[in-house]
Amino acid sequence: MTRHEGDEKRRRDDAGRPALSENDPRLEPARLDTERRLLDRTWANGRGLIAWISDTDHKAIGRRFLVTAFGFFTLGGILAGLMRIQLARPENTFLNPDLYNQIFTMHGTTMMFLFAVPVVLAMGVYLVPLMVGARAIAFPRMLNYGYWMFLFGGIFLYVMFFLNTGPDAGWFSYPPLAGPEFGYGKRSDVWAQLITFTEVSGLIVATCLVCTIFKLRTPGMSLNRMPLFVWAMLIVSFMVIFAMPSIVISSTCLILDRLVSTHIYNQAEGGDPILWQHLFWFFGHPEVYIIFLPALGMMSEVIATFSRRRVFGYIEMVLSMAATAFIGFGVWVHHMFTTGLPQFGQSFFTAASIMIVVPTSIQIFNWIATLWTARRLRLATPFLYMASFFFVFIIGGLTGVMLASVPLDRQVHDTYFVVAHFHYVLIGGSTFPLLGGLFFWFPKMTGRMMSERLGQASFWLLFVGFNLTFFPMHLLGLEGMPRRVYTYQAAMGWERLNLLATLGAAIIFVALVVYLINILVSLRHGAVAGDNPWGASTLEWATSSPPPPYNFSPQPTVASREPLWHTELTPPPIVGLDPSKREVLVTYLLDAEPDHRYPMPGPSLWPFLAAIATSGMFVWSIFQAQGVVWGSIPIFVTLVGWFWPTKGKKALQHGVHGRLALGDSLS
Amino acid sequence: MTHLREGYGGRGPVALDVSALPNYAFGHRSLMWWATACMMVIEGMVFAMIVMSYIYLKGRVPHWPPSGPPPDLRWGTVNTAILLASCLPNALAKKAAERFDLTKVRLWLVVCLVFAAAFNAVRFVEFSALNVRWDSNGYGSIVWVLLGFHTTHVLTDFLDSSVLTALALFGPMEAHKFVDVSENALYWYFVVLSWLPIYAVIYFAPRIV
Repeated sequence: MTRHEGDEKRRRDDAGRPALSENDPRLEPARLDTERRLLDRTWANGRGLIAWISDTDHKAIGRRFLVTAFGFFTLGGILAGLMRIQLARPENTFLNPDLYNQIFTMHGTTMMFLFAVPVVLAMGVYLVPLMVGARAIAFPRMLNYGYWMFLFGGIFLYVMFFLNTGPDAGWFSYPPLAGPEFGYGKRSDVWAQLITFTEVSGLIVATCLVCTIFKLRTPGMSLNRMPLFVWAMLIVSFMVIFAMPSIVISSTCLILDRLVSTHIYNQAEGGDPILWQHLFWFFGHPEVYIIFLPALGMMSEVIATFSRRRVFGYIEMVLSMAATAFIGFGVWVHHMFTTGLPQFGQSFFTAASIMIVVPTSIQIFNWIATLWTARRLRLATPFLYMASFFFVFIIGGLTGVMLASVPLDRQVHDTYFVVAHFHYVLIGGSTFPLLGGLFFWFPKMTGRMMSERLGQASFWLLFVGFNLTFFPMHLLGLEGMPRRVYTYQAAMGWERLNLLATLGAAIIFVALVVYLINILVSLRHGAVAGDNPWGASTLEWATSSPPPPYNFSPQPTVASREPLWHTELTPPPIVGLDPSKREVLVTYLLDAEPDHRYPMPGPSLWPFLAAIATSGMFVWSIFQAQGVVWGSIPIFVTLVGWFWPTKGKKALQHGVHGRLALGDSLS
Repeated sequence: MTHLREGYGGRGPVALDVSALPNYAFGHRSLMWWATACMMVIEGMVFAMIVMSYIYLKGRVPHWPPSGPPPDLRWGTVNTAILLASCLPNALAKKAAERFDLTKVRLWLVVCLVFAAAFNAVRFVEFSALNVRWDSNGYGSIVWVLLGFHTTHVLTDFLDSSVLTALALFGPMEAHKFVDVSENALYWYFVVLSWLPIYAVIYFAPRIV
């Protein structure tokens, strides 16, 4: 690209600083078209399987993450269906006890580790760079590696399950049941190693998101102008970073106990199985908020869009989410009320658990205020999903407050009351908003609208089916039906409610099939969406649907919190990023002032190879301890291959000094 | 940047020209610094959780260590000295990288590697001076986990620095690789500083507390 003369002059006058250029010729339509053609070539990924595997586009990886996570959701759902068939009548012999144990463990593990967390992080991977006006996500190759680790971990779990080696000690895998004394064979090793796969993936995605949100926001998007969804993802990423190390260490210790005879959870030799529960729930409770906060972010975006006004109380919303995250780290012991705690511990954790109600309520009241003062309320499918949150999640929240009190918890601990509670919280608090969010952002991802008629049908089926399945479980729990039993006697009188729950599960199945049909039909025949079909306010709607690989051209800057609604403000777009390199603009953390240009790495096969090597080591190591040593060699080789610069780049010794001299680090 | 706060109503097409900006930055301005920071928080949390587990298990038994003597002080202390001393070449490598002084980067990276190699060698002896096996009891297990986890850090950082040194010696060094050298040095500080509380726990918790 030939530089304009005035440009060169300005560069000399004002070296190292961004400059405003009035009537810039680079914004003329013809010039922009040329630039876009160049960008298309620079950011193109190429064709073929290898190019597909190597892709570093956050939208492609985000879509893959979403599809894979929903694939696991389907598998987990089928397992749930099998359990409901087994429990539909007393003393059923559809599943044997051993298989039932594996199935409920696989169901919980799949839904928590292979669906709920990856799917919300995937929404962040797809949306965050677009919402902050960036051309790419930070560390795209790392992200690609994270995706493959997630996929390989899930495949590993299911392969082992089909070999009758599926984990069978529940999704929280308590020793001594999961320990070397009682956990036979490789089943619990498979569980512990699956956790390693998912934590590697989760921590990588969280790091990519933190760096993107802190450093790649477009100029003008100071922290207090970030969309609420971006805030939610930032807070969640920090939660992942602080919570996951706890499960890293607890699952590592479990596998060490099992494979090399350490005694960390062995009471007889100076260890303690309760330590597992502390470590697990120190991660496990924040995990609930990791799943739930992104859904709150989606709620805020959809509610604002459908009521045509900004969300009431932006600062309070942000602070509430942050407060939820903080308090969320101080409540883990309420999962352990029946382990015999000192009185003070019980009181503290009861108080902390009840305190969570405050920030959650602030958000709910703020949404109600937003809806109350809506300019014009539009009752389309995404909105229905969000509205159902108020009903479903609040029921789950109320039973949560009940469970936070020790006397009640002691009564219903490990009964179906708890099962009902967390399905209301997780499905109501996360899956409903997620399905609504997917409906909402589907046009951005695919360029086509989903069918409103099928959308409404699937929503109402899901809503009815969900309540029919899980509401009776409250009653079953109060009547004393324990969770994780493969059958029950007719004399217990749990027959009708269980049958009702199974019928509800069948309706949920139909609802999700309708949702899937809607996706498949709309992909081909949906109405063409255009850039901003819902009239939303955030930057992802400023680009085409689906967006080009470089997201924006020219990259916009912002002058308000709702850039697409404040058309009276026309902040200057960015010029001067080199279209022949994958250049992105890095900005300062607080006010997003321009800092430097940064060339993003392009597609590479190395992350995929490194993921294969890492997976090989992980799987090998559960069979032979020496796998850790020998299996690390291919990992090292692939990482060196990844890190080593490819030929053709200009080296420093060969005259890049002129460029470098612009930097202030030299002065 | 006040113009971005007010916007540009009705002044014709204005662009924000960023072409004069540099194409790299050091420290908290760089993406790599933030990724390294996230990494340090993650690893720091892992260390903290192991130390918490250590304290928890300590409270469950009447004697600590339950049997046998505490770890010998000699090799752990020697290693602490080596680690602290390695901060000097590390600081010099970082400084040289931020000045794009390739000769000095090469020199100090190699010196750092010598320190890291010495450290890893002594660490091998350190394990045998713990006076307990990982499978003897809960105490032995958690001590081995703590020391083992720190060892994976010094080992991976050693390998990582070897690659970086090889790159500085033989490969093409563009600006971003100097940023990498600088962030690698930052991470080494973390490995050193995180060792100090671990050293205190492993060697002094069984003696003093």
